[in-house]
Amino acid sequence: MKIAADSPPVLTALDRPNSYIGRSVPRPNLHRLTQGRGQYVSDVSLPRMVHVAFLRSPHAHARIVAVKTEAAKKAPGVIAVVTGAELAKVMTPWVGVLTHLKGLKSAPQPPIAIDHACWQGEAVCAVVARTRAQAEDACDLVEIDYRPLPAVADAETALDAKTTVIHPALGDNLCFERKLDVGAVDKAVAESDAVVETTFTFGRHTGVTTEPRAVVADWNEGEQRLTVYQGTQAPHMMQNLFAKHLDLAEHQVRVVTKDVGGSFGIKVHTYADEMATVALSKLLRRPVKFVADRIESFVTDIHARDHRVKAKIGVKKDGTITAFEIDDLTGIGPYSVYPRTSGIEANQVVNLTGGPYTCANYRAQTRVVFQNKNVMCQYRAVGHPIAVAVTEGLVELAAAKIGMDPLEIRRRNLIADDAYPCTSAAGLKFERLSHHEALAHLDSLMNYAGLRAEQKKLRAQGIYRGIGFASFIEVTNPSAAFYGVGGAKISSQDGATVKLDAQGAIVVATGVSEQGQGAESVIAQCVATSFGVAMDKVRVIMGDTDNTPYGGGTWASRAAGIGGEAAWQAGKALRANVLDVAASILQAKPEALDIRNGVVVDAANGTERLRLEELARVAYFRPDTLPAGVQAELVATRHYVPRAWPFAFTNGVQASYLEVDTDSGFVKLLKHWCVEDCGTIINPQLVDEQIRGGVVQGIGAALFEQCLYDERGQMLNGNMADYLVPMAAEMPDIECGHVVSPTADSELGAKGAGEAGTAGAPACVMNAINDALRPLGAQPLTDMPFTPGKILKALGRL
Amino acid sequence: MSEHALDISLTVNGEPVAERVEARRTLVDFLREDLSLTGSHIGCEHGVCGACTVRVDGEIVRGCLILAVQCDGAKVETIEGLSDSGELADLQAAFEQRNALQCGYCTPGMLAAAQDLLKGGVVPSRDEIRAHISGNYCRCTGYHAIVDAIEAVAQQRAGGKR
Repeated sequence: MKIAADSPPVLTALDRPNSYIGRSVPRPNLHRLTQGRGQYVSDVSLPRMVHVAFLRSPHAHARIVAVKTEAAKKAPGVIAVVTGAELAKVMTPWVGVLTHLKGLKSAPQPPIAIDHACWQGEAVCAVVARTRAQAEDACDLVEIDYRPLPAVADAETALDAKTTVIHPALGDNLCFERKLDVGAVDKAVAESDAVVETTFTFGRHTGVTTEPRAVVADWNEGEQRLTVYQGTQAPHMMQNLFAKHLDLAEHQVRVVTKDVGGSFGIKVHTYADEMATVALSKLLRRPVKFVADRIESFVTDIHARDHRVKAKIGVKKDGTITAFEIDDLTGIGPYSVYPRTSGIEANQVVNLTGGPYTCANYRAQTRVVFQNKNVMCQYRAVGHPIAVAVTEGLVELAAAKIGMDPLEIRRRNLIADDAYPCTSAAGLKFERLSHHEALAHLDSLMNYAGLRAEQKKLRAQGIYRGIGFASFIEVTNPSAAFYGVGGAKISSQDGATVKLDAQGAIVVATGVSEQGQGAESVIAQCVATSFGVAMDKVRVIMGDTDNTPYGGGTWASRAAGIGGEAAWQAGKALRANVLDVAASILQAKPEALDIRNGVVVDAANGTERLRLEELARVAYFRPDTLPAGVQAELVATRHYVPRAWPFAFTNGVQASYLEVDTDSGFVKLLKHWCVEDCGTIINPQLVDEQIRGGVVQGIGAALFEQCLYDERGQMLNGNMADYLVPMAAEMPDIECGHVVSPTADSELGAKGAGEAGTAGAPACVMNAINDALRPLGAQPLTDMPFTPGKILKALGRL
Repeated sequence: MSEHALDISLTVNGEPVAERVEARRTLVDFLREDLSLTGSHIGCEHGVCGACTVRVDGEIVRGCLILAVQCDGAKVETIEGLSDSGELADLQAAFEQRNALQCGYCTPGMLAAAQDLLKGGVVPSRDEIRAHISGNYCRCTGYHAIVDAIEAVAQQRAGGKR
């Protein structure tokens, strides 16, 4: 284990000559994007293409009595007006359950509501016209008779006997529950010197991708094939689902994903309106385009994090944590989202709470309930921000109660760096983590002692600054244990196909996809290094189910660790194939040769023997000159899936330094730090930028973002003026540091880094605010987002 | 549509354009749908996110808050033109070098805003850069890298240390 500098190369056993592993090389696709030459789905236009607009339920819960479409059908430009009942003849409904989440249940969900509208924003009728504007004009002419039903808005009362059951066939509004009881919690709490008990609440918020969800579906009746241009994180998963629900074979469906304007987990789910668009293309036998507008995005993009957690920690005077106990409740809307389900976030909260610590006594329960609000599902760092805020909030409140420094209490409880492999109280298996090394690195990176001294000095002047921390673990590189074992056709393995072209350059096709994280660069870096060419000789093909190996796509911090390893191995395999050909041309032994910077050389001394362009010329155009029996195989495919560990856990620690204006309640973020350990770092710059972007998303949750609903299930702030997202002026500079503990499950040793920032930032900011306000006797704030109003209330000024 | 449509003539990226447009068509829809200039993006359609930022008669505007008919006689510049002319080359290079973009959707608008800030050769502080780009929403980067890139170009242009 060693501390890596932030940007200079980290050279390891992976450092072949001209290695790109550990180098901050610029991403090959950026030049296109800075010139506005990207190809987002919203840019796609096809011959005969028409546009769909959806009428959406204004009620949170209603019976649909009648849908009158006659007037709309006669409106200018209108091609078709299609109801849920009509679309049901083309597409079957789906049910979002996984068998390994025992007892999880949900109701069949149609692409367009048929007689029962379950949330404000659910599509109830589709209007297809030559232009989007004409489709929206005609929407005004559709008359829908609704009979409003009582809306189930409050998760707290969703299971009460007198509350309306949203789907009567399910019997109640309970989607999923899980209980865990490990060790002897009651005894441990009884023997504690101090106990802290509080309730944490997390604002329901959403991804707000800059490009809204978009899909262009093109059913070609002549070919009997469907091509779907979709901004998705999982092209093969969507291929399977489109085929399944349109009763097609998978080979009849091609999903193409070019540039995607942000995803963050928002674009990894099945959306009713996107499914409806695909079904409409089949019905109308022509390309149909749907792009969500911003208001549609707010009421239909999955929401996340609406959790209420009653939590307890016991601690001894010496800082030993004796027990954690949580009771989690979350309302997930009227349907469990297909196919990943809406039970995963709550399940993660149970799995991850207390995860960094040695404490063996842990009791947890979670209940996931249905309600008449927009659906909730997996969004960046699924469950982590909740589990980390609960755990780290409790740890710092306990430290304050016994008068211990917040870093010291962590040093006394974090799992020792030499204790691995080990298993957490919740049963998580850790291969190798580095909590203490990371904490020590953070301590010096931020000059903790110096900041404490500054804080003390400024308090004397009436300036209230706070320092908050969060240790965390992150789930990355998921194996089939995440979804596959539960019956979902979501691939945990990924493949890469590498071929040598006729001029000695490399084309690699990969199942992982790009939404800005830099997967394209990582794949190119891996192949360039393991094969032995300059990166500008590597072209990456991704996001096309016709032309890439079957794979899972990009989510759960899997692209680098899983897709990267497959690419690394494919590059090695092609190198071996090429060296076999070179050896026969050169009458040498393959093991005495290597490929370096695009040239076959003597492995021993680097002497140039054969240029790849010449080798390709012989293999492709003059194979007759090769010895008899020698067949050049210049394409190689390799796949990879983690097998030794269900997940490659990573770890890290963050810190926030901020100032609270005690007159206005405003929080000014001064600086943020994150030290994390994602194993082998393929591209330090890309890792740091994943961390920074993730941190800011976490800060959004802590300070600004919340989907506000009234008691009738109406969203009150579905626009970007009222729903606040982090903008540049409010955000701090973010300093990153690293510890490197590679996973031994792959040769590359890379784990994921996409969610660490989001996992820890809300907890840090919360702890820093409470640290700032502690000398003023404020009640600890545990109800995110921490708006100025809540802060003034905690200070007794409101 | 005809009674609600108007003829307009304008210059887009130096090329003369004469089109008949619906009165309700926004500038960004006109650029994207009628002229196929898809580099200007649509994020919110109510003037908050800045993804549709373009330059009209030398000033940056929200392409979603101005109608195409209001641009009759105007000089409109989009990311396509600003790229081809080379005006943004150093900013684009700095964004690429610093990975100041991830998904790239906000980038054309962000570059236009950055160029606007740096006109006249000013070297703004990091706080000034942050304030100026606060009308441009980026969900991916957390802004730090964007501030770095703009700061580096400001110093370069001023002949400074970078």
